[in-house]
Amino acid sequence: MEEVKLIREDGLRADGRKFDELRPLKIEANVLHRADGSAYVEWGQNKVLAAVYGPRETHPRYAQKMDRGIVQCRYNMAPFSVTERRRPGPDRRSVEISKVTAEAFERAVLTEKFPRASVDIYIEVLEANAGTRCAGITAAAVALADAGVPMRDLVASCAAGKVGDQIVVDLGKEEDNQGQADLPVAIIPRTGEIILLQMDGHLTVDELEKALDLAMDACKRINAIQREALTKRYAVRSGEVKDGPEGGANDG
Amino acid sequence: MANDRNRGRRRQDWFGGDGRSGNFAGPRDRDDGQGRRDGPGQYDRRDRQDRRYDCRDDGRDRPQGRDRPAVEQTREVVLPGDLLAHGKNIGGPGTYTENGVVYAAQLGVRTFQEGKVSVLPLGGKYMPIAGDEVIGKVLDVNPNFWLVDINAPYPAPLHIDESAWQVQIGETAKYLNRGDIVAVSIQSVDVVKRSKLTMKDGHGMRKLAGGMVMEVSPSKVPRIIGKGGSMISMIKDRTGCMILVGQNGRMWIDGEPDMILVAAEAIGMIDRNAQQSGLTDAVQRFLEERTGSRR
Repeated sequence: MEEVKLIREDGLRADGRKFDELRPLKIEANVLHRADGSAYVEWGQNKVLAAVYGPRETHPRYAQKMDRGIVQCRYNMAPFSVTERRRPGPDRRSVEISKVTAEAFERAVLTEKFPRASVDIYIEVLEANAGTRCAGITAAAVALADAGVPMRDLVASCAAGKVGDQIVVDLGKEEDNQGQADLPVAIIPRTGEIILLQMDGHLTVDELEKALDLAMDACKRINAIQREALTKRYAVRSGEVKDGPEGGANDG
Repeated sequence: MANDRNRGRRRQDWFGGDGRSGNFAGPRDRDDGQGRRDGPGQYDRRDRQDRRYDCRDDGRDRPQGRDRPAVEQTREVVLPGDLLAHGKNIGGPGTYTENGVVYAAQLGVRTFQEGKVSVLPLGGKYMPIAGDEVIGKVLDVNPNFWLVDINAPYPAPLHIDESAWQVQIGETAKYLNRGDIVAVSIQSVDVVKRSKLTMKDGHGMRKLAGGMVMEVSPSKVPRIIGKGGSMISMIKDRTGCMILVGQNGRMWIDGEPDMILVAAEAIGMIDRNAQQSGLTDAVQRFLEERTGSRR
C-alpha cells in the first residue's frame, strides 16, 4: 500500500490544509419531521444525521432515575458509510462511542428538569471519513437545541492529533489511519469545560497540551457554525409572515 | 434502542367517532351550557388563576394570555448558553443561573415576565401543570383506569372515579378505547412530575368524537388563543368550526370538512410565525380568502 505523504514539503498537510485548518463544515438544523429535534452535518467527507427524541419515558425501565432524567445515545454507522461494506448492527466501537457520547451530554443537559424521563439521541453516520464521533456530537448538540431540551450550552467537538511529528487539528482519514495520535475532544464552549477526551496513540505531556489547545480553539469555531445553523433556521425575520400555510419543513 | 416511538411534533389525525360520547356537541353549538364558549384551554382565565400555582417544584410560571403581551412584536431568538442577565433571583423558566448570571437553557424567545427573565421555548414537550385543560389520547385501557398520552414526557392515568361516567371496574373499554381522544384536565402533579387526570374539573371534559386533532408546540398556545381569545375566535367565527385548544399544544377541530382544513391551516400559520408582527392581519386575510362570502 502506498504511503501518502502526510506533511508535504511546503509544510501543508496532504489535502493542502494548514495545521490549524478545519475541513469544510456545513450544519443544517431541523431536517427530520418526526423527530423532536434533528440536525444534519457535512464535515469534510463525513455525512452525519442526528435525531433527538424526548424527554420521554425511559426504556428500559430499570435505567430510569427518580430524581433526574438521563441521556441515552445510539451511534450507528450505515453499512454503506465506509469503503468496505460494514455489516449492520452495533459493534464494540459503536457501543463505546454511544456510551461516551451519552456521558458527555449528561454533563450538558439539565436533567433535573425531567425526572424519570430520558432524552434519546440517535446518531447515524451516512458517510465516514474520520472524526465521525466529533461530527456526531456536533450534530447531536444542534438536534438537542432543536428539540427544546434544556441544556447549559451547545456542545462542540473536534479531534486533534499528531501527524508526521506535527500537532494538527481535525484529522482526515489518512491522517487518522497513519498518524501517530488521535485526540477527540468535546467541550462546553462557554466555560471551556471538557466533557469528552479520548486518545489513541502516543503523545508527550507537552504535545497533549498543544493538541488540547488546538482542539478547544477549533471547538469554539465549530460552536459558531452550530449557532449560525440554528439562527438561520429559527431567527425571527422582521417583515412578512412566512408565506402560505403549506411552506416549511414542519408540516406532516 | 427499543421502542422508537413516533412522536412527531405535529400530527394531523382524523378520528372517526363511534357516535358515543358524554355530551357531544355539533359544530354549530358553541355554548357549553354555562354561557361560555367551548371547553379546554379557553381564553377566559378568571376561573383558572387560583389553580395555576399548584404542585410546581421548579418555580415555573405559565405565560398566560393575560400576563403575556399578545401584542405583535418581533423578539429575539436565543440559544442555550446565551447570556441573558446578571442577577441572583431573576431567572425564570427556560433559563439557568450560574454564579449570579442568568443564561438561556433552551432555544426560544427571550421575554420578561413578572420581574424575571425567561425563555419561551420554540419547541419542547409539554410539562404538566395542575389545573391545565388538555387534550389527551388514550394509550392503554386497564380495569380501573386509562393511560392517556398528553404530549408530556410521561403518560398520565385517568382513574374511573375521576371520569365523567359511572364506570364499573372492568368495564372501562365501554367508555374509552385505545386511540380515543378525550378532553381532560390535570388534577395534580407530584414532585417527580407524575400527573393524574380528571374529567370532573373544568368545562366540557368529555370524549371527543369525530373531528380532527392537531398538534403544535405548547409554547404557541397563548398565541393561538390570542389576547382575550381574539385569535381563536376569529378562526372559529370564520370557519364555523368548533375548536378546543389544549394547554398541551393539542387541539381538536370539528365542523365541515373543508372548513376544518382551513382552520387547521390557519393554526399552522400561527405556529410557524408566532413571533412575527402583522400575524393577526395575515391570518385574517388568509381566512377571508378561503372562506369568502360565507361569513
